[in-house]
This record gives sequence, structure tokens and C-alpha cells, in this order.
Amino acid sequence: MIHSLFLINHTGDIFLEKHWKSVISRSVCDYFFEAKEKAGDPENVPPVLQTPHHYLITIYRGKLFLLSVIQTEVPPLFVIEFLHRVADTFQDYFGECSEGVIKDNVVTVYELLEEMLDNGFPLATESNVLKEMIKPPNILRSVVNTLTGSSNVGDTLPTGQLSNIPWRRAGVKYTNNEAYFDVIEEIDAILDKSGTTVFAEIQGVIEACVRLTGMPDLTLSFMNPRLLDDVSFHPCVRFKRWEAERVLSFIPPDGNFTLMTYHVSSQNLVAIPVYVKQSISFFESGSCGRLDITLGPKQTMGKMVEGLTVTIHMPKTVLSANLTATQGNYTYDLATKVLVWDIGKLNPQKLPNLKGSLSVQAGAPKPEENPSLNIGLKIQQLAISGLKVSRLDMYGEKYKPFKGVKYVTKAGKFQVRT
Amino acid sequence: MTTMQKLLQLPVNAVNIVKTVQSQVQGQEEDKSPVLTPDGGQQAWYSALQPDELRHLRSGGTGGGGSGDQEEKAPLEEGGGGGGSFQNQPLRHDDLKEMLDSNKDSLKLEAMKRIVAMIARGKNASDLFPAVVKNVACKNIEVKKLVYVYLVRYAEEQQDLALLSISTFQRGLKDPNQLIRASALRVLSSIRVTIIVPIMMLAIKEAASDMSPYVRKTAAHAIPKLYSLDPEQKDQLIEVIEKLLADKTTLVAGSVVMAFEEVCPERIDLIHKNYRKLCNLLIDVEEWGQVVIINMLTRYARTQFLNPNMNESLLEEGNSGEKTFYGSDEDEDEDEEEKEKKAEAAAMAKRKPYVMDPDHRLLLRNTKPLLQSRNAAVVMAVAQLYFHLAPKAEVGVIAKALVRLLRSHSEVQYVVLQNVATMTIKRRGMFEPYLKSFYIRSTDPTQIKILKLEVLTNLANETNISTILREFQTYIKSMDKDFVAATIQAIGRCATNIGEVRDTCLNGLVQLLSNRDELVVAESVVVIKKLLQMQPEKHSDIIKHMAKLTDNIQVPMARASILWLIGEYCEHVPKIAPDVLRKMAKSFTNEEDIVKLQIINLAAKLYLTNSKQTKLLTQYVLNLAKYDQNYDIRDRARFIRQLIVPTEKSGALSKYAKKLFLALKPAPVLESPFKDRDHFQLGSLSHLLNAKAGGYQELPDWPEAAPDPSVRNVEVKESVFALLERVTTLTSVPEWTKCSSREKRKEKKVEKPFYSDSEGESGPTESADSESDSASGSESGSGSEESGSGSESEESEEGSESEEEEEDEEEKDKKKKKKELKKPVQETESEQSSEEEERKHERKHERKAKPRKSDSESESEEEEEDSESESSQSESEESESETEIKKKKKAAESKPPSKPDKKENKKEKTEMSLLDLDDFEPAPSPQVTPVNTFLSNSLVTDLEGLSLSDTVLSPATISPSSALKNYELLHRITGEGLSVEYCFSRQPFSPDANMVAVQMHFTNNATSDTKNLHMEDVKLQSGMRVKEFPEIELLPAGETTTAVMGIDFCDSTQAANFQLCTHTRKFFVSIQPPVGELMRPFFMTENEFRKEQGQLMGMNEITEKLTLDAKCRNEHAIVQRVTTAANLSRVPCGSDKECSPPVPPPDHPVHRFAGRTVTSSSLVLVTVATKEEGAAQLTVNCEKMVIGTMLVKDILLALTQ
Repeated sequence: MIHSLFLINHTGDIFLEKHWKSVISRSVCDYFFEAKEKAGDPENVPPVLQTPHHYLITIYRGKLFLLSVIQTEVPPLFVIEFLHRVADTFQDYFGECSEGVIKDNVVTVYELLEEMLDNGFPLATESNVLKEMIKPPNILRSVVNTLTGSSNVGDTLPTGQLSNIPWRRAGVKYTNNEAYFDVIEEIDAILDKSGTTVFAEIQGVIEACVRLTGMPDLTLSFMNPRLLDDVSFHPCVRFKRWEAERVLSFIPPDGNFTLMTYHVSSQNLVAIPVYVKQSISFFESGSCGRLDITLGPKQTMGKMVEGLTVTIHMPKTVLSANLTATQGNYTYDLATKVLVWDIGKLNPQKLPNLKGSLSVQAGAPKPEENPSLNIGLKIQQLAISGLKVSRLDMYGEKYKPFKGVKYVTKAGKFQVRT
Repeated sequence: MTTMQKLLQLPVNAVNIVKTVQSQVQGQEEDKSPVLTPDGGQQAWYSALQPDELRHLRSGGTGGGGSGDQEEKAPLEEGGGGGGSFQNQPLRHDDLKEMLDSNKDSLKLEAMKRIVAMIARGKNASDLFPAVVKNVACKNIEVKKLVYVYLVRYAEEQQDLALLSISTFQRGLKDPNQLIRASALRVLSSIRVTIIVPIMMLAIKEAASDMSPYVRKTAAHAIPKLYSLDPEQKDQLIEVIEKLLADKTTLVAGSVVMAFEEVCPERIDLIHKNYRKLCNLLIDVEEWGQVVIINMLTRYARTQFLNPNMNESLLEEGNSGEKTFYGSDEDEDEDEEEKEKKAEAAAMAKRKPYVMDPDHRLLLRNTKPLLQSRNAAVVMAVAQLYFHLAPKAEVGVIAKALVRLLRSHSEVQYVVLQNVATMTIKRRGMFEPYLKSFYIRSTDPTQIKILKLEVLTNLANETNISTILREFQTYIKSMDKDFVAATIQAIGRCATNIGEVRDTCLNGLVQLLSNRDELVVAESVVVIKKLLQMQPEKHSDIIKHMAKLTDNIQVPMARASILWLIGEYCEHVPKIAPDVLRKMAKSFTNEEDIVKLQIINLAAKLYLTNSKQTKLLTQYVLNLAKYDQNYDIRDRARFIRQLIVPTEKSGALSKYAKKLFLALKPAPVLESPFKDRDHFQLGSLSHLLNAKAGGYQELPDWPEAAPDPSVRNVEVKESVFALLERVTTLTSVPEWTKCSSREKRKEKKVEKPFYSDSEGESGPTESADSESDSASGSESGSGSEESGSGSESEESEEGSESEEEEEDEEEKDKKKKKKELKKPVQETESEQSSEEEERKHERKHERKAKPRKSDSESESEEEEEDSESESSQSESEESESETEIKKKKKAAESKPPSKPDKKENKKEKTEMSLLDLDDFEPAPSPQVTPVNTFLSNSLVTDLEGLSLSDTVLSPATISPSSALKNYELLHRITGEGLSVEYCFSRQPFSPDANMVAVQMHFTNNATSDTKNLHMEDVKLQSGMRVKEFPEIELLPAGETTTAVMGIDFCDSTQAANFQLCTHTRKFFVSIQPPVGELMRPFFMTENEFRKEQGQLMGMNEITEKLTLDAKCRNEHAIVQRVTTAANLSRVPCGSDKECSPPVPPPDHPVHRFAGRTVTSSSLVLVTVATKEEGAAQLTVNCEKMVIGTMLVKDILLALTQ
């Protein structure tokens, strides 16, 4: 399926190549470079390209392109999903997925790629399985390895690979047994000029960090599972139990993982935590414009709104911004034409305001569209949908684990049209 | 030399080869050295250091990763130092070679890491091959793995040398460690060297039957590798694939299907036998395998099942949205056809109502949960499966999942949106509720925006068009001009498709004509042109407006469009048109080609309509065009001149010039680029590119008539067969089988003391033996047959055929038996004991579904029988029929069939009673029971010898119920002569362990034969599944037969509804399980029981006080009643004395029962604690509270009545 993989950095250098079948010359990437040139923005490069003899499927992650070469029919999502899994694995192993870190760990990367694909077909993609075969690098181990000559590569078959629960390794042991669940909800919304909601929905995800000894069997139940409209699960979740009883029953992987993602049913009205009063205008003459933005709390359920930011992609003709902020500070990046106003905590008594003038390139016509505002915010201790975890039970092991649930609400793609 | 020899275990001459080749290579290197340098600078670093220093450096602890950077930095420093950099490349590689040759693993590892880093950066390291290949047998696993990496990369280039490593892999293939076996096979098969094809073939074949599923998986992966190396191996590989397809582990399934898809996707016949297994395994297969399997099954289903929308699609498609949506004039043409089609379809529908194949349903049901997968590829695979295979009404479920994927990475969005776009054309309604999810954000990448726009346009209809247009209005103001252009196109499409908004759209677009951005204006012009073509007469003012635009607009496509419009509708603007031509003639030479062509066009049209004013202008334009640089334009000019300017030479055509040019042109249909893309399998690369990719397998059309569905039946038969086989080992057996079965029994004893005691030992073992004893008469004859059938199971197809025959025979036999049985029962008196009568009595009560048990039937004799029948139940039916077959055969050989039956009656009965108490009318003969008692008693003593327990374990502990309740499924009056009863046979249902076995007895009371008894149209609550009984082809009048089906009730007491069909009629029936049948006995010791009970406290525990019925105060009766009410096994209470100090008073014993629910294997624990005066306390512990509560009720009822 996947014939070869090339890692390409932002400037177009191929810094790693791996072939699973016969070697394909890296000149095949020229087609990609051509397309990249044409698209301008790296996000606009078509993920699937056709060349006379091959197909190129590319993803863009962290300023890197992962380009795979395909020769025959294969579901494109299969490859895309796999490439993202590769990038996830790098992130998992090295903390980030960037050119520098991959170059530093090139051998580990190579070993990983070797294990993840066999003849172009995914072999082991579970991080727990991989970690048993190839130990992630850390300083202590590399020192020990050089001294003792032991290796980073396991010589037994990871038990997960054979069992029905490939995501968990055997013989996990902790002195402190703990299970944490973060319920993170993101509000996706489009508000129009007047502040009315064009479209809003809540997407949630439960991130888990489970460090439990042995083979615990967990059951997580909600106070109000009916809120959940659409869900997707980590493979460990027993779907039948969910269907029948609306509880999450699972033997967790070891460490961090995404337990489930969900969508809150669209019948429920979505609470929009802040309102925005804005006026951005450009004048026909005099090559300047005015900007005045005020934010205020709307439906915050009595919680503090933090990490408030406003990001504006200005029209290309805006040269500079001369503004004053009553709270926080702003930056205007001349190259990308992005104005970022970092406000911080929202004080309901004294509403933050950003006001001032924009200077526009002389002679350029007045921009037609006013730029839209992207809002970022965070509310701790609150799941905006009202979802509540009722309890977590553990079966199969005797000890008492330490359990914790945290709720956070964030702005997802929260956009205000102007 | 010697060490190397050891390492490689090669003959001496082979090592010599290495040496010589090595030296050759070295020689070459030295020659080449100055040239060989993409990274020439780096060698300096090595050269300046002595090997010892190098070692220092290395042990300094730079991990393999760090080295890369160091190498890069080193030359710079070196260059600064200006040291002796004349030594170069070969030394550096020599250095690596030296490291590889050293004894220290750490040095080897370091060297290999550097080499691999070189490979990773795409640098050539091929000349190190000989040095590296020696280390293939290195003990250090990391070195070994890196050597493998190297080998796989360069083996193709250095085939001869690569061969040296083969023996190591061959040895590896026999290693006891499965990981080593697997990795040896992986590397061996990855080496693309043609010479080793036979070795690979052998290795694959061997690995395909390896013990370890991981190795088998690797074998499956190796198949396509070998195939790509040598396609001539196909036939052999198919054999291996066929073998691996039969593998039952989830680990192998995905990989082998992948191999199947690459090697022999056309051999769809290989799937038949594995189809159901694959469907059932699917949910447990790893994600990547799921994708491959689902895609393959989609194709499979398209060849094997009927189109579920067959009737609707033909009947309704004409009226569905699509048609009202697209242009009106098309409709008229198609109407006729439509009607015909409809008529045809209607006729067809009448003839043959569509019934979905249960296997088709199985596929849909088992894939549905995967929509919840976190893996986008899996979700997409299921979505396309539903789109291509599901009935229209059910396709909707995929929309939600696909919309969810839109939250994922932009690449995923891109692919999903493409597919959604295609789907929205066919099934618009599906995505309408999610309209807003396709709204566009200014931060989306352009390609995503355009795809979303496409979807929005496809979703537009009369009701939502106003919201969509409002949305479009915001988009038009976007800064992204490509996107604006696409929006204008989209508006145009909405306008053509939805008549109501045409004028609004047109006005909006006309307003855009005054936009400052030229691109926007140009795009609008093009779209307006298309719209105007629909009703030009109304809009001459717009045409005039556009004519004015020619002065300003420079975009060629827009200019061309305006010119075409003016030419086409010059009659509506008679004054302006010539003027426009005049202007154009002036600028002709500076125009783009496309505009020039339209100028010529305009000139020609004007000449034909208004030659007075434009004759000269036309001549002028044509003259200019005659000398144009572009030959197309010259051609066109010449052609048009001939056509429109009449000369003597000009032929008949010129008379029709006007008709030719000014014919009424149909309005263009603005179509989605995604129209008709669905002939590609959705989700495929080909669909995305809208072109067939290499290796794409066409999605076949639905077949006209469904191919024989029984080809997939094999599995069922196999399991039946397995059962048969098991029976044979227990009944009359050749010596060796008997032996092995004994051994098995012993194992059983050790593992499960309780079972073995209560039912196992007194049951199957003895019964088996006694069986064979009693059947000894026929044993000699049957032995050969038995062994024959044993071997049959291995030969697959032939076996199954002969099986079928056997089955038929069995059925017939059974029917006969029943007849035979009934008579004696009616005659009774002489032979039957009073017990039997009682039991009959009981049966009758039970049939009225009133479990009213009378009598104290604690007689040991009967108990014995019961236990025995229970234990051998699973086999009883079959074994009985087995013996019957033998009987029959013998009889058939010796005597005419009718008479001997009667004569043998007696003898048969005795056997019957041994085996078949529950399944048939009771007819045990008194002779049998003593035998049994004797046997089982002896067994009990045996067991005591084994010190498993003491007297408490005496017959009274035996759990199984005496009789199974029969329920009526179909009364003979409603069933028009056919009556059906069913009972829960409490046997494990072997095809699927999660199913409850339901045994059905069919009796044909009618005067005519019933044919083709089968099930249809199973209606179930979600999650429930049914395994149908094999079709009963013929049930002659007055005959009786039985069949077993399996139902997975999902641990609920919801009824399974289905239709029972005969060749003439269908009956709606339903099977509802009493809660006690939703579990299976589970053995545990008392300690375990208490432990488990301790974990199921609180909500999970239900306690009731009760007063025991007067008749059931003794231990036996309690056990009896509880086990009748629920399929539980008794927890031996003997252990009480061993471990728990406070011994309960013997006259108030506590009875414990344990079981697990069939589907979810949740524990069900029942405790009955007796007290004085018949008082008792009933406790049920069960994780499933509903089951617990219901069970309490049932048991309470059983104990108090």
C-alpha cells in the first residue's frame, strides 16, 4: 500500500526517506513541490496528487510535510489517518513532531517506521505496543545503554500484540495508582455582525491519564448521558455496554489517551459565554480605518473567563495598527497581517476595549470585507454543555485508585463576522 | 575466518566469497574514492582521529541520534583546523567496517546507527554491504534489527551477497521465539531477490500453519511481497490465502484479506465460507484490517445479494428530488422510459417481494458500531458500505459520523467532503439536517471552502435556499477571490436548479457586475450568461447592461460570454449589437483567442440577421481573422465565410446558415462536478481523483437474481459437524478415540471438580461408556463410518456435501422416531413406570406455561437419569440420531424398512431414554435406570477416591433440571396444521458462544407435506442477533422434526420476532426467553463465590424472604426447582466444612448457584438460605440489575408454588 515515505520540511528539503518496497527516487517529490508552489499556502496543497506513475498523499503537520508514495488503489483516508498516526507517535516519543527532533532521533524514527509498516501495510500502531518494542529515548536510559551495552529494542513480542486488548501492555505496576479524566469542551460558533448566532455547537473530548497497576476494568458513568448526541471511542470502550446502558466500560491503555469524543445534541441551545461589540471600518479616502472592539461576559455560569484572545486576519492592505487596549496588550504582525489581542481574564466590572486607527496602504482601494474576529477563551471547572461524570468504578483489581475529573471549556472555532 | 564461519554457519567456500567480494569492493572503493562524495567533507573528521579516540568519543555517550548532527558539524571545525583532509572516503567507510568487525556490540551498534542514519538521509551506503551482512547473525537484537533494515534496503542491488544472509533467516524461522520467527520471515520476504522465491514460498507455507497467530499474520503480510516479486507463484499463494482465510484469530484476518485483495481479488468464491466469520470478527480486528475487510465485503456483497432498493429505486427514483431538481426539459424525454421502467418494476415487485438476505443484514449490523471508531478511515469505510449496500431508509445513520469527521485534520476534511459531495447528489435528504455544519469559516483553507460550497449547493432546495443564499452573501465579500468566484458559480447553480429564486439570484449577480474586483465581475458575467439562456426575452435590459461592460471588462472568458450573448440574442438588442461589433472589430487584433472566436461568431450572426448594417464590418473581421496567427481562428474564418457569404461555389449548406447559427439552443445544465462519481466506490482513491487508479476493483452492479446463499452455509454445517464429531467420540467409537476422550474426561475432572461430579462424570463419561455398551451391537458396523466422518471434517467441501445427506437422513430418522415414540407412550401401561406418568403430567403443566411442580421426585434413579440427560444433552440429539442412522443403515441392509422399525421399537426406546429424555416424549424403560445408577454410583466412588469431595457431594448436589419447558411457537390451528414448539436446550450453541440455543420441534399435523421451512425477516432489538436454523426442505405430513437455532438476546428478555416460512405461508412468531435461560452455568468454588458476592453488593444485590412450598423443603427439591427456573450450576457446598469455621447447622443448609449471562458474561449468583419452618431467604447478586430483579421473581415463584 504505502510504498515510500518522505519527510519534507517547510523550505522543501527532504530530510528523511524510507522505502518499504523497492526504492523510489526522491525526484518523485518534484510533483509535490510544483503543487506546493502553485498553492502558495501549505494548507492549500491538495492532499492527494496524481503523477504519471504514482500517487502522492501528503499531510501537513507542525511545519512538516509527510509525503507518502502510493502505487495502487488504496482508500486515501487510510493513508492520511496512518500518516497522522505516525506524527502522533513521534509526538508521543519525542515530545514534539518537528524537523529537529526527528533528525536528532533518526535511528529511533527509522526503527519505529520499520515496526509500524510491513510491506506498506500498518503493523503496530498502538503506542503501548510500540513502546514495548522500542523504548522511547530518555537521558538515563541512553547513559545506561552505553555503559552496559544493552539495547533500546525489546526482544520479546509485546503481549498486547497478541491479546484481545492490544492497547494495554502486560505487567503494569505503579506505586501510586491514579486515574484522571479531563472533560474538555469546545464551542464552535459563528456569530454574525449583530451578534446573533448563525451556528453553534459543542464538541467534547475526554482525555484520560490512567496509571493503574495490573488489568483494571473501569466503568465511567455520566449523570446525563442523554446529552451526548454523537460519540466516537477509543477501541478499548465496549460499544455494547454503551448502547445498552450508556456507560463507558473499558480496560484502559496505560498512560495518556483519548477516551472518547462527543458532540452535544444540536437541539440544546449552546450557551455563548461572551459577547463582542465591534466596529471596524475603512474610509474611502485618507487611507485609514477605525477599529473598536469591546468584549463582555454573556453566559458564563458564574465562572471566570480566562485566556481571552482575539485574533484578526487583516486585509493585505493594512499596513499598521495604532491602538490602545484598556486591558492586555496587542501585537500586529506585519508579515502575516494578523492582529492578536491578548486580554487574559475577563473582568465583568471593567470590560476590555481595544480602540484606535489602522493605516492602510496609500492608493489601495478600500478593503471590501471586514475581517472576522476569532475568539479564544477558556473557562475552568465548567463543561458548558452541563455534562457531568457521575462515577468511576474499578473492577478486576483490589487497590483503591486515586480518581479525578476536571472540566474545561474552551473556544473552538469561534468566529465573529463583521 | 573461524568466527565469521561460526557467525554465519556457512561452508568455507561461502566465506571465501565474502572475503573476495569484500576485497573487490574495497579495491573499487579506493579507486572511486575521490568521486564518491556527496558528503565528502565529513570523512575528514574520521580521518583525523585514531580508532581509539573514536571509541572514546563514542563511549562518551552520544546516542545514535546525536551522531547525525555531529557529523554535520564536524567538517566545519575540521576545515578550520586545516588538518590533513587528503585522506578521505574509503577510510571513513573502513572505519565503519572496522567497527562492524569488532567484537563489541556497542561498537557494532554505533556503526549500524550511523549507517542507518545515512540511509535515512538518502545517502548511498551500499558499499558497506559485505561488512554489514556479516552481522546478520549478531546476538544483539538492536544490531540485528538495524542490519535487517540495511539488508532490506540494499539486497536488491547486491543480490549475490544478500544470499549469504539467507541461511540465518532459515534458521530463524525455526526459532522457538515467535518474535524471531516472525521477524526472520518478515526480512526474508522483504528481500527482493528472485532466486530465493522457492525458499520464500516454503517459508510462507510453513509459517501459515505456525502455532503463533503473530507468525501467521506475518505470513499473510509476506504473501503480497512474494506475489510482487514473482507473479507466477499466484496459484500456490492462493492456496495459502485460502488456508489463512479460514483462520479464526482476529490478528490474522485483516492481513490475509489485504493479501487477498492484492493477489486474487477476483476469487470472490474464497470468501463464501469465511463471510460470516469475517462479519462476526470484524469488531475485534485492528483498525487497519477493518478498513480492508469492509472494503472487500462491500464488493462481495454487491455480487452476492440483491439490491435492497431494487423496488424503490425503480419505482420512486423518477419522483425523487433529483429529477425535480435538475432541468425540466430532461424530464419529458425520460418520462416514457421512466414509465416503462416503473411498470416493469411494479410487475417485478409484485412477482417477488424483496427480502433481505440474513447475511446481508448481518454485514450491515456488524459494521454499524464501527461508525463510532476513532479512526477516520474506518468510519469512511463503513459509510461507503452503507451507501452502497444499505436500504435507502438506513443510509441516514452515516451522516452524523461523517459530519463528525469534519472536525478532524484538514486532509481528512478534504477527503470526507469529496465523498459527502458525491453522496449529497444521490441522497440529499441525508445531510440536510447537518446543513449548518458545512458553513464556511474565513479561516478554512480554500480547497476546503470550495468543497463545502459544493456540498451546500447540492443541499439547496426550495425550503432552505433563503438561508443558503444569505450565507452566500457573506461569502461573496470574502478576501479569498478564488472562493468568491466559486460562490458565484454556486449561486448560478442554485438559480438554475430552483426556479423560485432565479430572479433574485440574477438580480444579485447583476449587482455584482459593478463590483470593483474584475474577477468577481467576470465570473458573474459567465454565470449570468448561463442563466439568461433560460429565458432571454425577459432580460434584454440585462443584456444591454452587459454590452456596456465590454468597455471595461478585460477577462477574456467574460468578454467572450458577453459577445456570445449579444450574438445569440441580437434580435432583442438590435441597435446595440452592431455597435458592439464595431468596437470589437477595432480591438480585434489585441484580443485573446477565445474572444476572437466569439467576435467572428457575433459577426456571422449579425450578418445573417442584419446584413445591411454589418456586411462590411463582417468582411473586415473575417479578413483580419484570415491572417491571424492562430490556425483555429483562420480555419473558423474560412469556414464561416464559405457558409454565410453566398457565392456560386457555395453548396446547399449556405442556405441553411441561419438555421445553423441561430438554432434554438438548449439552456445549459449547471451540473455538479461530483455528479455520477458514485460509480466509483466511495472512499477510494479512484473516486477522489475521478479516474481509475491502478489496481482499482470495480464495484460490481447488483445481480439480477441472488446467487445461491447456501454457499456461505459451510460454517454452520461445520459446527454441526463438529458437534457430530464430538458425539461420536462419546458414543460408539473406535479404540483410539475412546482413549482420547477418556483422557479429556480426566482433565475435566481435575479442572472442574464440581462439574465433573454433578453432571460431567456421572453424565457424559458414563453415559458415553454405557452408550457404547448398549449400542455395542452396532458398534462394529459404525466404527468405520465414524472414522470416515472424522476425516471428512478435514476435507472441506466434499465433506459438507455428504454431511448434508447425512443430515437429511437424520431428520428423516428423527421423524420416524417420533412416530415410534408416540405410540408407545400412548400404550404405556405395561412398560412405563409411575414416574413416567408423573413426568408426563408435569410436561402438560409446563406446556400451559404454569410451572407447577408436584411430586417429590428425589429418587436417585431418576436423578441419575436427569443428570445424565442434562450432561449429554448437547450431544443427545445428534448422538441419538447417530445411533439411529446406524440402526437405520443396518436395518436397511437387512430388512425392509417398515417392519423392522416396529420390531426394534423396544430396543430403540431403551436407548432413547438414555439420551433423549428432554427432547422427546419420555419413554424410558425400567431396564436402563439401574444400569445408570450403578454406573454413576461407581463413578461417585471413583470421585471420592479422587478426594474431590465427600458425601455431601452425593447425588443430591446434582444440579440439572429434570425437564426442559416446552413453549409453543405456533399452534397447529393457526399454523394450518404445522405446530411448532421450542425449548431452551441449555446447550452451548457452538457456532456462536454468545447465543442461546433454542431447540424447535416441528410437527406437521396437516395432510399435505410442508416444504422449505425456514426463517425470514428477523426483527430484533438493537444488538440482538440470530443464527437461523438450516432450512428444512421437506416435512412430510404427520412427521416431526427438530432444528436448533441460536439467538443472542443481548441479556435482555426482549422477544426475537421473525417469520416462519413454509413454501406456501408465512407465520409471524416470536421467541421470548424467560430470564433464567439467559445464563449459562458457571462453575466456582464456594470461596470464589463469596469473593464474587462481596464485589456485587449494594445495588447489585437483591434479597427476598420467602416461605418454601411444603413440597420443596428438602435440599434436592430446592436445587431442582432453582435449576429448572434458571440455567445455573450449583456451587458445591462441601467446601463449606473445609474452609469456613462456623459450620452451618446441617438441617438449615445454604444453597448457592452460579452462572454467567450468555452475552456479557456477567456473573449471576443465587443464594438460598433455608431456616426453620420452611422459611428461607433468597439472594441474587448480579451486575445487571434488571436480570437480577427478574430472576428473583422467577425463582421465588418456583420455590413457593
